[in-house]
Amino acid sequence: MSEHALVHRPVGGKLLTPGFVALVALGIAGGLVMLYRFVFGLGAVSNLNNGYPWGIWIAIDVVIGTALGCGGYAVGILVYILNRGKYHPLVRPAILTSLLGYGFAGLGVVIDLGRFWEIWKVPVYFWHWSHSPQLEVALCVMTYVAVLAVELSPALLEKMQTSASSGYRRVADVGLRFMDRALVWIVALGLLLPTMHQSSLGTMMLLPGPRVHPLWFTPWLPFLFLVNCIVIGYAIVVIEATFSSLAFHRERHTAMIGSLSKVALWVTLFWIAFRLIDVAIRGTLPFVTGARGVAFVLELLLPATAVGILLSERRRANPAWQIRAAILLLGGGALFRIDSYLVSYMPGANFSYFPSVSEIVLTLGMIALELAFYIAAVRFFPILSGAPAPASTRS
Amino acid sequence: MAVDRRTALKVLAGVGAAASAAAVATPVEARERKVAPPRAMGMLYDTTRCIGCKTCVVACKRANERATEPGPFADKIYDAPLDLDANTKNVIKLYKEGNYESFVKAQCMHCIDPACAAACMLHSLHKNETTGVVEYDSTLCVGCRYCQVACPFGVPKFEFANSAPRIVKCELCRHRVKDAATVVNGFTRYPKGQGPACCEVCPREAVIYGTRDELLAEAKRRIAADPGRYYQDHIYGETEVGGTQVLYLSHVPFAKIGLPDYGTKAGPDTALSVQDGIYYKLPFVAPVALYAALAVVGFRNRRAAGQEEGER
Repeated sequence: MSEHALVHRPVGGKLLTPGFVALVALGIAGGLVMLYRFVFGLGAVSNLNNGYPWGIWIAIDVVIGTALGCGGYAVGILVYILNRGKYHPLVRPAILTSLLGYGFAGLGVVIDLGRFWEIWKVPVYFWHWSHSPQLEVALCVMTYVAVLAVELSPALLEKMQTSASSGYRRVADVGLRFMDRALVWIVALGLLLPTMHQSSLGTMMLLPGPRVHPLWFTPWLPFLFLVNCIVIGYAIVVIEATFSSLAFHRERHTAMIGSLSKVALWVTLFWIAFRLIDVAIRGTLPFVTGARGVAFVLELLLPATAVGILLSERRRANPAWQIRAAILLLGGGALFRIDSYLVSYMPGANFSYFPSVSEIVLTLGMIALELAFYIAAVRFFPILSGAPAPASTRS
Repeated sequence: MAVDRRTALKVLAGVGAAASAAAVATPVEARERKVAPPRAMGMLYDTTRCIGCKTCVVACKRANERATEPGPFADKIYDAPLDLDANTKNVIKLYKEGNYESFVKAQCMHCIDPACAAACMLHSLHKNETTGVVEYDSTLCVGCRYCQVACPFGVPKFEFANSAPRIVKCELCRHRVKDAATVVNGFTRYPKGQGPACCEVCPREAVIYGTRDELLAEAKRRIAADPGRYYQDHIYGETEVGGTQVLYLSHVPFAKIGLPDYGTKAGPDTALSVQDGIYYKLPFVAPVALYAALAVVGFRNRRAAGQEEGER
């Protein structure tokens, strides 16, 4: 945990590259959908209906969105609990992606809530609180966004330390000293909260009981969601590190990502085995038929392919294979979440749902803005560690 | 490299210990089975008496001031809701297949242990302690629609077309009740104009209201009077999903008229035994203990790292 040995530096460089402008443009398109939705209501922009009250804004923006924000959680477990200090350079960028993932998931919830102006009552009216797993998710996610902001604050404070104003510098010094002293308490909270709400996201889909396809209805759903978010967390960290090295010519830590991939490999292997054994024990294997059967097989096949790739030590050390495996893990993990929330849901033959163009534009817009915020943040704030890679190793 | 495998195992062991300490021990223990309050109000619908006149559909709309729903025709002059929707709390449908033919009424079942209320974060949907009616209070509703996802019968509907939407569902015309109920001919009845509109207008007493106990007794009386008349001599809702306050007698299989065999387990049983097991049985012990454990490990690691640095 020798944090001072690790130096984070802003990447700098030009912000308004064509790619960045394209991301912002997509974000603005999503913003227009959002405005339209707030004025005219959910029915005006979405294909949501009274059989499928939840669509991709919940299944992707929120349920997958928060999982994309689990990089900080997954790496945090390694660094702070298992004391694997070598992964330290991955922490701060992972916290940034987590804050963005959770922040946008929170925005996604507000957009999806039919009566969003009442949301303030959820944390305030504690005497009305129920035992709903969704209440646990809501409160936990709200708190976690705040915790992530605190965890990331050293990036801002370090930036302030270099400020010309002595007042800023003094505030920064005080803030950093406080962070250093309180770090363990904050980090522990940052590990506790995802454990709670990521499992509760699984508990949530136990409530519809008979309307959830037997392949996804298991009392172990909370546990499956928890392990699944760790797998997605590692995948995101690998993808994020690769993206940073390509976009900003940073040192890629290929060896470190190789050993991180090995951790991901074993966690994933466990997840696949657990999922299969659970389905077998509950006797639901005969339900592996039709479109839902295909979805179930795919949700196992994608991570299994990643496992196949990562089992080879040679491929595990190769950046191209690392990223391929990470994308497969992300895809399989995300599919499990879409399956649990949408594919497995059976409101009867009278209803169908496929997202509208507006819904897709908003979802893409949010992802684009997340990327844009990430790029802007690492350019201006000390997030990424170390110096640019020497020119010879640039790809 | 074996270190990484050990690391992975530790990740799993840690997560597994945290989850299983709380989750594994508890979901096996069933929740306490809820019983209807003694004055629980409900309805009894009998398919053999219903003639499909839909007077109840119209009366329900009037009593609840819901807009008419245009039928699927260009002239839009036909109020023909095809199903429960954001303007229709009660609907009559006809099931027809081979020799089977039966009208069926759909509305909220007023479950004894409702999944919708279990889903609701602030008890915007909640059971009335006296009447057992599942009531809605829009001032506590954030519009998340988890109640819709959770309801096994697909009853709560949402005003998607409205930018200030509400949940719409049968509340047993509770807004009409002004005076105390009295017992008339063995059934608990409100003064005329204060009971459920659908029951008051039914010309054939195909749907009647009263307390759940009265209705159960009546249903059993009808079955005993004419054995074999009703499908499996069974009352749907007596035990289904933990029991409902709206009961059904049918001459066709229940599954054919939108009442699947969901078993007798209460809707929220699995979800809430997990959730209660982790958080509420020993109130917040599991998360607090996990937090303490994480902090202890964190401090130990930090001290170890500090010592390492000192030695350097």
